Formats: sequence, structure tokens, C-alpha cells
Amino acid sequence: MYDAGKIIIGLVVFLALVSYPIWYDAARGDIPTSADPKIVTAEKECVAPTDYMKDSHMDLLNQWRDDVVRKGVRVYTAESGRKFEMSLSHTCMDCHSNKSEFCDECHNYAGVNPYCWDCHIEPEEVQQ
Amino acid sequence: MTIDRRKFIKTAGLASLAGLVGKNVLGQDVSDVIEPGSFDRLSGLQSPLQARRWAMAVDIGKCEKQHDCTKCIDACHLVHNVPKFDNPKDEIKWIWKEPFEHAFHEQENEFQKTDLIHSTPLLFCNHCDIPPCVSVCPTRATWKREDGIVMMDWHRCIGCRYCMAGCPYGSRSFNWRDPRPFIEDQQKDFPTRMRGVVEKCTFCDERLAVGLLPACVEACDVGALVFGDLEDPESNVRKLLNNNFSIRRKPGLGTQPEVYYIIS
Amino acid sequence: MIEKALRGNSKYWGWIGFLFIVIFVGLLFYLRQFGYGLGITGLNRDVTWGLYIAQFTFLVGVAASAVMVVLPYYLHNFKAFGKITILGEILAIASVVMCGTFIFVDMGQPLRIPNIFLFPSPNSLMFWDSIALGGYLVLNVIISINVIASEKKGTPPPGWIKPIILLSIPWAISIHTVTAFLYSGLAARPFWMTAILAPRFLASAFSGGPALLILLVFLLKKFTRFDPGREPIQKLGLIVTYAMSLNVFFVLMEIFTAFYSGIPEHLDHFKFLYVGLHGNTTLVPWMWVSSILAVISLTLLYIPKARNNEAVLGFACVTVFLSIWIEKGLGMVITGFVPNPLGEVTRYWPTFTETMITIGVYAVGALIVTIFYKATLSIRGEVSV
Repeated sequence: MYDAGKIIIGLVVFLALVSYPIWYDAARGDIPTSADPKIVTAEKECVAPTDYMKDSHMDLLNQWRDDVVRKGVRVYTAESGRKFEMSLSHTCMDCHSNKSEFCDECHNYAGVNPYCWDCHIEPEEVQQ
Repeated sequence: MTIDRRKFIKTAGLASLAGLVGKNVLGQDVSDVIEPGSFDRLSGLQSPLQARRWAMAVDIGKCEKQHDCTKCIDACHLVHNVPKFDNPKDEIKWIWKEPFEHAFHEQENEFQKTDLIHSTPLLFCNHCDIPPCVSVCPTRATWKREDGIVMMDWHRCIGCRYCMAGCPYGSRSFNWRDPRPFIEDQQKDFPTRMRGVVEKCTFCDERLAVGLLPACVEACDVGALVFGDLEDPESNVRKLLNNNFSIRRKPGLGTQPEVYYIIS
Repeated sequence: MIEKALRGNSKYWGWIGFLFIVIFVGLLFYLRQFGYGLGITGLNRDVTWGLYIAQFTFLVGVAASAVMVVLPYYLHNFKAFGKITILGEILAIASVVMCGTFIFVDMGQPLRIPNIFLFPSPNSLMFWDSIALGGYLVLNVIISINVIASEKKGTPPPGWIKPIILLSIPWAISIHTVTAFLYSGLAARPFWMTAILAPRFLASAFSGGPALLILLVFLLKKFTRFDPGREPIQKLGLIVTYAMSLNVFFVLMEIFTAFYSGIPEHLDHFKFLYVGLHGNTTLVPWMWVSSILAVISLTLLYIPKARNNEAVLGFACVTVFLSIWIEKGLGMVITGFVPNPLGEVTRYWPTFTETMITIGVYAVGALIVTIFYKATLSIRGEVSV
């Protein structure tokens, strides 16, 4: 093999760079180990079962987004037959007004940064 | 004066948001459709305003009597979180006033009626029947709804600004930078935009959906703006057009604008 | 093949290093734009496309112009172009890459560009343009790689490549035609809405592109042992002469139509270009420089004695290239927006950031050209060690 030394050094540098985020978080020492979103609402029933919402709320939101903006359909009928307005800032956030403890809790853990709040105005949180 | 005006806008804006001055096309009072702060807004959604072809008529004469009035502009820009920039380079506008010679560029006539020459007609998105902006959009982020409204999907727009090049009326604005810090009074009922997308008037689709007239129409207290269904022979807008002389901007381009200007 | 580009003398590495620095600086400025938004450019509500889209348009022309060496060589078996055809194809690849990059830096939401393919819109010329350019890039990469590889092996290129090369000829015409349609189909912009726009684009492409190719060959002659001989250069010079004549002819036809008909909405744009409109003379000096350069270039190219002299030909090519760059890379796009559809004149001039990003993108193209020219010439043993 030609240039074996150079290739190995190159590979090591490459691996070091690729795994950088892991080293960086480890060195910082504050890797979150679990996420525990806090649900504070008087409402008993969500628009869909909790398990579905945990996994797929983003799909539901995308569906709502397209229905409202593109089809002009604004009312969602849940499996229970109950009707809801398809609205992030109303229906969703009226219950889950604690964005930092609810949305951000998991999003930070998963390292995702959804662009919802670039445009939709987040509810003012009551300082506790 | 500015403070007075701002105060007025706030009051008027809040009032309109709360649906206190709302009337639907049939002239019925719909002020109780949406209660302020109500959790369940479904009742409003169950009586939306619908049409086969929405159109707007602007009575230039009535409007000009209030030459310096900006109530409709202020109401629109307030409820839609339209930012106000100091630098004209960043400007975003949904409704604005333009000197007649610019608004009706093709109506070149030095000796036009003096009051018309000095008028500043209100300009909107024309919600064309054959909208060139829709043909050019490479992602279908702007399209024509069945009721004639030319809509925008700010989630999908890639910011190529082809629609701005294609629009013959200069009706579209682009977010050259983050608009949030330049919105004086954020309305949480309507999203702001992010930098890098195009925006424009949508005939208040979000208000029609809950049975309210467009914010500008509601804000105008001299009745210079009339909004309704052009396919309905009994609608106010249709009657008005039947009985008055009206013009449209650049009719020669074949785009069929749905904003009509009444010349009285 | 590419490993040949990894060995070179200090001048070669100096040039590569310089290009990397320019690209890096461009990238830093782009990050600023990415963070702030396109407001960091000189663009505004009235002039919504500027330097970036103009460079895109200009470079689509350079890419298409490869056909001026490909067509004579492969279709007419014009042997003299044997040594430079591959150079034209590599230039086309670099140009298309630059086109894509200019589109990218011009987007308000660049990360959403996949939406063009996720929600295909056959109504939009931009959809077709991305297909045309993407296809052209693929064709030229396939052709170049195979041609270079067979040169390395000392065998003729594989037979299946011939139909692909022939397909690349109409495809080259199509990329610039579709790019012209992008503009000429807009009723809102009378300056662009002219049936002659596509032919005009092709004429300016087929003069500016080969002029650039001649200059690149002269540079290669100076810095390497590469020498294609006199004939292909002279033939390219002739192509430049004809195409530039057509280009000037087309421009004069536009000017005649606008000025004689006197329709303000056509005429105002030309006034803005050549005499200024409502006191705005931003482009006037540029356009006159472009016109004077065009006259100089044609004078030199028309005189056989002058054209046959390589030094004079080189100078003429510089004038052709600059003249067309000003006309297409500045005048063409900006003027479509001035005056705006309401008859108002708004000033646009690129900002420093915008200019640095533009230079950075050009450096990407120069890097691609350098690396692939180096590899090709090394395989042929035409690079001095």
C-alpha cells in the first residue's frame, strides 16, 4: 500500500472530525439523558392519543398546516368525533402554553430545531 | 398626531380582532361569532364567508375625500404583523397608496380630471383570474384558490422572487431580513414571516374563514371599499360595478384583476 | 485521473492556494448573508434580482458555448479542435457548477431548494431550467470523464459515448433557450419580453464563451507545454467574429424597435441603459464602455491581418468578453426592473458583501477549471514539470 502512513493519519483526522459533536458534548458534561415534557392543562383529551402525539405530532402538524393553508380546511374531527380548530397557536398552545417545558424539553433532547416559532408567535409564559 | 393615530389603530385593530364590528356579506351582524379570548373558536369557523369569485371595489372618489386617511392600511398591517422598516430598501407592504400616474401607469393623460390626477388610489394584490405569479412559481408556494384568492404558503416559499419579477402590479414584497424586530405590536392570532420569503395581501383568507370581512374593508368608515362575490348578481360589489364606471390596472395584459376602481 | 491534479510546481500550488483563500473569504461573506438575509445585498422591493442572477445568466451562456467546439469536432469531424474540445467541455462543467451556486446564494430560503423537485411545477420555467442545467451537467461530466480516461489509455473513446455527445449539442442550445424563456415570458417586464431574447442570448454566449476559451488556451500555452497549434485558435477566432457580429446586430435591432416605436414602456428601459432615466444613470457609463469595447473588438476581428496575429486576437477576445459581461452580467437583468411596472426608478448597486460572494463563486469555477485542465494536460504529458 502506498502512503499507508498518510492514509491512516487522514482517516484518524476524519473520524475525529466526524465524531466531534459527541466529544464536544461529552467534554461539556451536560448530556441530557431523558426528556420529560410537562403537561399542564385542565383539558382531559388531546386531538389524538398520547402515544400517537409523542411519535407523530410533527406529521399531524404538517397535515394541519397543509389543510389550513392550502385547502382552506380549518376544522379537524378527532377519532372521538370531537371537532377542533386546526391551529398551532390556538388549539395546541391553548393547552400547552408552557412551551419551554413542553415543546423545548423534547426538542432540545432530540437536538431538533423546528421552525414553527420563526413565524408563529409563542404564547407568553406565566412565570412560576 | 402619530400617537393619536397609533392609539386609534390599536383600538380599531383590537376591536376588529374581537369581531366587534364584523358583518358578513349578507349584512348580518356577526360580532358574536368570536368571543375575545374564547377557547373554542369553532362557532366562527362554522359560518365562514364563501364566494365563487371574491372581488374588491375601490371607490376612488369616496376614498379621496379622506386624502390622508390610512385606516385601512394600518388595520391590514396591524392584523397581519406587517413590519415597518425605516430603510425603504427593506419595505414590505400589503396595501398602499400610490399617485394615480403610477397606479394607472397605462392611463397616460396629462389633462385627466384634476381630482383624479391628484388622487392616490389604494393598491392591493389584484388576485388576478390568470395570475402570472402563480404560473412562474417553481414550488406552487403561491396558487389560486377556487374562490379566486391568490394564496401564499410561507412554509413552502424558497424565496426565489420569480413571482415578484412576474407580477405586473408590484404587489409582492420580500422579507430581506428578519421582520420580527420591526413589528411594533405583534398580533398573536396571525403568524409573522421569516426572512427570505415573499408575502402579499391574501384578501384576509383567515378572516373570511371565520365569517369576517377583510380588515381593510372593516376599517374603512366611509364605505370606499366594497368586497363580495362577483358571481352573485345580488352582491354589493356586483351591483356597484353594474351601476358605475370602473377601471382595472393594466387590463391589456389579460391577467383579469379582481380589484376594480370606481370612477365617480 | 484526479491524482494528476495533486502534483504540481510551486506556481500551480500558489494559484490553488490563492483560489482557496478567495473561496474561503467568499464563504465567510456568504455566512453573513445566510445569517442576516438577502437584505445584505443591494437588492430591494423593486429590483429583486441583481448581480447573482445576472452572473447565473451569463454563465449559462459560457456553459452552452462548449457546443462551439463540440459541434465542429464531433459532428463535422473537424480534427483541429481535437486538443481543445475537452477544454471547452470542462469549462462548461465549471460554468454549470457556478450557475447552481449563484442560484443557491440568491435564494431567500436556500435549504428549501429541494421543494423545486418535491413539488414539481411544469408551469414554471425555473423548473425546466433546473432540469436542463442538471441534465447538461450530467452529460458533460459523463463525456469528459470518458474522453479523458480513454486518452489516458491511448484508446479511442467508447462507441456508446458518441450518441451522448451528439445529444449534448441540442441540449446546450436548450439550456440557454430555456434560460431566455425564464425572462422573455414575463408580461410584467417589457424589457425582457422580446422574441429575440433567446437568439440574442445564444449569440452573446457563442462569442463570449469561445473568447474566454481562447484566452484560457493562451494562458495554458504560457504556463504549460500545451500548444494546440494555430489552426484551432484561428477557427475559434472566426467563430467569435461571427457570433459577436450577430450579437451586436441583435442589440441594434432591439434598440431600433424600442426607439422607433417609441412605446414608453419599452423605450424607458433603453433610456435607463444608455442615457439614464429620471436622473438615474447607474448603468450608463458601463453600457457605453460595453458598446465601445464591442466596436473595438469587431474592428480588430474584421481585419484578417489583425485577427491572425495572436496578440491582437487575445486583446480582441478580452474586449469581447468584457463587452458581453457588462451587457449580460450587469445590464440585462437589472434593467428589467428599472423602471418598475409602476414606472418608478429605484437604484440598485451590488454591495461589498454581494461582490465578495460573487467573486468567491467565480473562484470555485476557476478552481474546477484549473484542477481538470491540470489533470487532462498531465495525462497528455503536456505539463512542464
